[in-house]
Amino acid sequence: MISSNTAQPMKDIYLPEPADVLKASPMTALEMFFEFRLASGRELGHMPGQFVEVSIPGIGEAPISISSSPTQKGSFQMVVRKVGNVSGAMHALSAGRQVGIRGPFGTHFPVDGEMKGKDILFICGGIGLVPVRSAINYVLDHRDDYGHVTILFGTKTPADRLFTDEMQRWASAKDVTFMETVDRGDDAWKGNVGVITTLIPKVRLDPARTVAVVCGPPIMYKFVILELDKVGLKADRMYVSLERHMKCGVGKCGHCQVNGLYACQDGAVFKYSDIASVREAI
Amino acid sequence: MSIKKLEPAALNRWVDGILQKQKVYGIQARGDKFVFDQLDRADQLRLDYDVSVTAPKAFLQPPCETLLRFGEKGFESVVESEPFVLFGVHPYDMAAILQMDVVFAEGNPDIHYLERRKNATIVVCDVQNASENVFAGCMGTAVLESGGDVLVTRVGSAYVVESRSARGEALMETIATAPVAGARDLGERKAVWEKNRKLLRRHELKVKPEQLPALLEKSYDHPVWEEKAKRCFSCGSCNLVCPTCYCFNVRDTVSYNLKDGERERVWDGCMLAEFALVAGGHNFRKKKAERYRHRYYRKGKYLHDMHKQIACVGCGRCITACVTKIANPVEIYNRLAEGQK
Ligand SMILES: Cc1cc2nc3c(=O)[nH]c(=O)nc-3n(C[C@H](O)[C@H](O)[C@H](O)COP(=O)(O)OP(=O)(O)OC[C@H]3O[C@@H](n4cnc5c(N)ncnc54)[C@H](O)[C@@H]3O)c2cc1C
Ligand code: SF4
Ligand code: SF4
Ligand code: FES
Repeated sequence: MISSNTAQPMKDIYLPEPADVLKASPMTALEMFFEFRLASGRELGHMPGQFVEVSIPGIGEAPISISSSPTQKGSFQMVVRKVGNVSGAMHALSAGRQVGIRGPFGTHFPVDGEMKGKDILFICGGIGLVPVRSAINYVLDHRDDYGHVTILFGTKTPADRLFTDEMQRWASAKDVTFMETVDRGDDAWKGNVGVITTLIPKVRLDPARTVAVVCGPPIMYKFVILELDKVGLKADRMYVSLERHMKCGVGKCGHCQVNGLYACQDGAVFKYSDIASVREAI
Repeated sequence: MSIKKLEPAALNRWVDGILQKQKVYGIQARGDKFVFDQLDRADQLRLDYDVSVTAPKAFLQPPCETLLRFGEKGFESVVESEPFVLFGVHPYDMAAILQMDVVFAEGNPDIHYLERRKNATIVVCDVQNASENVFAGCMGTAVLESGGDVLVTRVGSAYVVESRSARGEALMETIATAPVAGARDLGERKAVWEKNRKLLRRHELKVKPEQLPALLEKSYDHPVWEEKAKRCFSCGSCNLVCPTCYCFNVRDTVSYNLKDGERERVWDGCMLAEFALVAGGHNFRKKKAERYRHRYYRKGKYLHDMHKQIACVGCGRCITACVTKIANPVEIYNRLAEGQK
């Protein structure tokens, strides 16, 4: 049982609060889906693009994005790729167990600000879909607040595709363009083959009324941004989420620095024009 | 605020009195070096020291400290700190502590640091002997106009002891009847300050500290980073000894029963190869030169952009600590300034 000691006069920024695992189910060979609820019953209160620090006592903490939209009440979801100690220990969790949660931390995709009233272009590579899913579902749950929605999703192989059921729902939603590609297909794959940038020229977009949300592996950004630039999208209309080594999530430990910026506080979501000249950013 | 004059014997009596009531970490000799350690007797104090091996920040952000405990009951905050006196802190180190105060209090306040800080009474002591590599005189930290709770300055064969806060005043309660420092003593103290401002310059910075951010702004692609970093071992010693370095790592330790354990924070350093490494093997500062440059930018620009203070106080510890002799900030900054004029 994980409980927090609330006797402290001032809040301890490192103290996790207990959350119950409601669901833990494998998605792919490497990724597992989780649904949690804070043991206190309190809503997490996140915005799309924010992350939390997940604690496994004795193993450590890892920054993980919230994948569910805040419009979904009562619980929140994550997808975790097994890459090491904490993520590995999370893969051993099952419903009924507890973890510690700190957060939500960081900036969010401006679903409540600059994205409103605009056409939205979501570009996700691989596990980059996980945090963006929160924004996609938020936008679709507030459909009238936004213009046309385009979702581009790319993975290495068809086996790496996440949320395939949900993708079908997105693809058939009103006023949504959904396109997918894989780097390498297989016998059963009938769709696009090629890196994600090959989808961008296929999109019809009006740069004057479009906001792009980009999330994927570090290598993806450079190429996607070049391609968006070609179609006339301005740097202040692109939002990216940067991954860094994060230890504290609260602007103290120094690990997440991107030159003078703190990815955990000033990001992880950045407006591209704010970091275009920051040398360590992309 | 009191300002007293104490002969050495009276100073020792005062300190011995403090020792009866409080834990004191004071500056003392270890071989030919100096360290802050628990003081048992006043005569162990070496206020004539040149520089301490480890910066006194270690008593506010220990090299390893428990943040949380976990077990059957879940996670619990651990905020353990009792009142203590830090005796003999040089002005440049006090300047560094004042910077740490800002870092840990701003934004999301860190109770682990702040509680310890709240419990600390700091006796600052003006420098009597310049260390081999000190350049605090160039950084404006040879003398501190304010900061700390008490200031002790050697003037002639005696000490001027001044309280700088209510807490310092309380510490000086037992010397309330000691003679008040006169105009002559204060004049002599001023002379010590003047002398220290001039003398604590074993290396001469050719630019003003406030010009460093602008200088660095233009120097990202300067050849000096590659040139020097070629000889860097990524040992992190320059981070470890630095009074303004506070970056940390967090790790869990589990006790033998595999149930209870602690979450600890330990000192970390941006010069270490794995500082910006993420799982999957991507390192955001993979090259030595990138890490080497980052350290100077962090001290001279990034932290300044946030707090308007240069995060180097000129203690010179990094210069001494670096076995390959490439960690001298003055040398780097002067080099960057060449060809700028
Ligand atoms: C803002 C943000 C959001 C993220 N969202 C997700 C997500 O939704 N799903 C997901 O699977 N992964 C996500 N990650 C990556 C995830 O944090 C790492 O995979 C995880 O920290 C690896 O920890 P580990 O103990 O399993 O690996 P190990 O290899 O055992 O440990 C890796 C070491 O690097 C440290 N580390 C700190 N930050 C990172 C980081 N960003 N990436 C890798 N290592 C890190 C760990 O603390 C540890 O010291 C996100 C990272 C960030 C910064
Ligand atoms: S950078 Fe070097 S000289 Fe400056 S404060 Fe740190 S250790 Fe002292
Ligand atoms: S002390 Fe010298 S060798 Fe070691 S990390 Fe610092 S610059 Fe490199
Ligand atoms: S994660 Fe510690 S400062 Fe950002």
